[in-house]
Amino acid sequence: MAGSHKNAERPRGAGTLTEQPRVAPTLEKSPTGISGFDEITNGGVPQGRPTIVCGGPGCGKTMFALEFLVRGAMQYHEPGVLMTFEETTDEMTKNVASLGFDLRELEAQKKLFMDYVRVEPTEIQETGEYDLEGLFVRLQHAVDSIGAKRVVLDTLEAVFSGFANSGLLRAEIRRLFRWLKDRGLTTVVTAEKGDGTLTRYGLEEYVSDCVVFLDHRVNDQVSTRRMRVIKYRGSSHGADEYPFLIDEQGLSVLPVSAMKLNHAVFNERVSSGIPDLDAMLEGKGYYRGSSILVSGTSGSGKSSTAAHFAEQTCREGKRCLYVAFEESQAQAVRNMGSVGIDLETPIKKGLLRFEAWRPTQNGLEMHLLRIHKLVEEHQPDVVIIDPVTNLTVGTINEMHSTLMRLIDFLKSRGTTALLTSLMGKDRDLEQTEVGISSLIDTWIFLRDVELNGERNRCLYVLKSRGMAHSNQVREFVMSKEGVQLLPVYVGAGTVLTGSARLSQEARERAEEQSRQLQTEQKRKELERRRAAVEAQIDVLRSQLAEDEDRLKQVMQEEEGRKQQVDEEAAAMSKIRRVESAGNGRNALAEGA
Amino acid sequence: MTARVKVVPKRPMSTRHLNGSAPSMNGEFFELRLYVAGQTPKSLTALANLRKICNEHLDGRFELHVIDLVKTPQLAQGDQILAIPTLVRNLPQPMRKIIGDLSDTERVLVGLDVRKNMEAR
Repeated sequence: MAGSHKNAERPRGAGTLTEQPRVAPTLEKSPTGISGFDEITNGGVPQGRPTIVCGGPGCGKTMFALEFLVRGAMQYHEPGVLMTFEETTDEMTKNVASLGFDLRELEAQKKLFMDYVRVEPTEIQETGEYDLEGLFVRLQHAVDSIGAKRVVLDTLEAVFSGFANSGLLRAEIRRLFRWLKDRGLTTVVTAEKGDGTLTRYGLEEYVSDCVVFLDHRVNDQVSTRRMRVIKYRGSSHGADEYPFLIDEQGLSVLPVSAMKLNHAVFNERVSSGIPDLDAMLEGKGYYRGSSILVSGTSGSGKSSTAAHFAEQTCREGKRCLYVAFEESQAQAVRNMGSVGIDLETPIKKGLLRFEAWRPTQNGLEMHLLRIHKLVEEHQPDVVIIDPVTNLTVGTINEMHSTLMRLIDFLKSRGTTALLTSLMGKDRDLEQTEVGISSLIDTWIFLRDVELNGERNRCLYVLKSRGMAHSNQVREFVMSKEGVQLLPVYVGAGTVLTGSARLSQEARERAEEQSRQLQTEQKRKELERRRAAVEAQIDVLRSQLAEDEDRLKQVMQEEEGRKQQVDEEAAAMSKIRRVESAGNGRNALAEGA
Repeated sequence: MTARVKVVPKRPMSTRHLNGSAPSMNGEFFELRLYVAGQTPKSLTALANLRKICNEHLDGRFELHVIDLVKTPQLAQGDQILAIPTLVRNLPQPMRKIIGDLSDTERVLVGLDVRKNMEAR
């Protein structure tokens, strides 16, 4: 089908070769519907061609094949044929019922045709030439009866156990793949892994279009399933090993490292839920979509910081996913309640999803996958993982790559991630977490300060990309009203917290008080002196006034006397003039 | 097509009687089915070989159905037919399957458990 398409287009393209850029005929793909697989293969398995899914026992080959078939029938309206060689159709139906796949129902709707091919070597006697035409006939019949587009052969190699002539079987299998291709049937063939080969009978030699390898390994008693697309002719594909999970919803593959650093950047800020911490971050809080690491020793307040953020997020009507590896939901609700953080209300409202599971429950990749699935389900604005260090089931290297993938994934969604990290007391944080630190936008560091028989908590912002954050160390105090950040006393190379800070503050207050008292005294003294001086001035001034008065009196008296003298002289001269003119008695009297 | 019609001219159905006769008292009765897919050389050879063997060794104590899966593909599932041609011994129990063009007469006889019967007689 695909071939005829290509042939039809080619002549047209040839004529206009020079005028328009030639578009390379891309390989048509059939989506499997398996979450994640279609991403790593850019669309699914090659359409109309066979794909081999191989791996050891219990690696999930059959599950992969069945999901491809069922999802094809249900989501993409492509009916499928299931030909099983190892399990009966009843067994198969029961096996996948737990995934919510009802094969019998699909069969009734003519979306699925199941055929169990039993290969029983003990029943068969070979007497000359034969071929596997019976298989072709059955397949043809199955395909025709429902108009199938997809075929699953699980596990085709079982025919090798039933027939002795392997040369003939190989020829027949080659013919079968040709036959499937000619009919444009998108086929998934499962095959058991061989010794040093992908498949026990070398099927991959015949199916060269797409080979998927599944692996189930156990490290430190923790199992991890991985998938690798070994070959995909004519298509780019993720070549890494991708972890995958089989759960109630079937297979999920995590397309881990296909992400690029091109996530959208948000200028929007989100409050941390602790006003004092917001104040340290330009007064606005974290950036939306950033990754925040809260690290510290045990009991330094990491979870409380995280819970504050969760509460704040939900208070704003946004959604939050809280993944806890240490506390169960009930325990966290109670404990956070004791420091004034209400997690119960947002949980009841459905805004906060609290998920707790044991870190040893799964391998690293499984944790990651679970978080992925939860994020897809809950669609949170904020994801909190408390603590992320509990994920170190594998090596540090593995954890680093896992975290990177997780952070990338969350960033690409614009989801703010808050991770807490537990540090050993004697370890140097900047050394041990150098791997994570490069991935983190805002790093808040909580540390214990043990002094004067007390253990107190300090908080500082180690780094915060894209903002002028505070460089201060603050004391982290938990109360019934939640977390408060108090300024610490810094002096003589030491940081004082707790009662040492309190006593220092008291001392400072006392000093301040005495200083104030002294000033007051000085002021009063001055007041008094001023009053004294002013009194003196008054006295002097009144003395002066007195003197002036006296002077005035003297002057007046002088004036009066002078006048009197003048008057008397005038009178005298008058009298003298009279006596000189009449008798000499008057002149005598006047001179006496 | 024509060749097969010559071999079994009685019924046009793909499931048909060949040389059928009443069960003999001398030995066990054989109910045989030969599955073929169209008129391939292998099928024709098998049918010819089978006729010969039946006539020589089973002495009328058999019933043979030839089933052409091209016409009735749904019948392949029941007897779990994979290889073509396949001869199924339905009776006597247990069921036996012999695949191939039946050119190795000895093996066919062993496969059908006829040899034993003959010796017993």
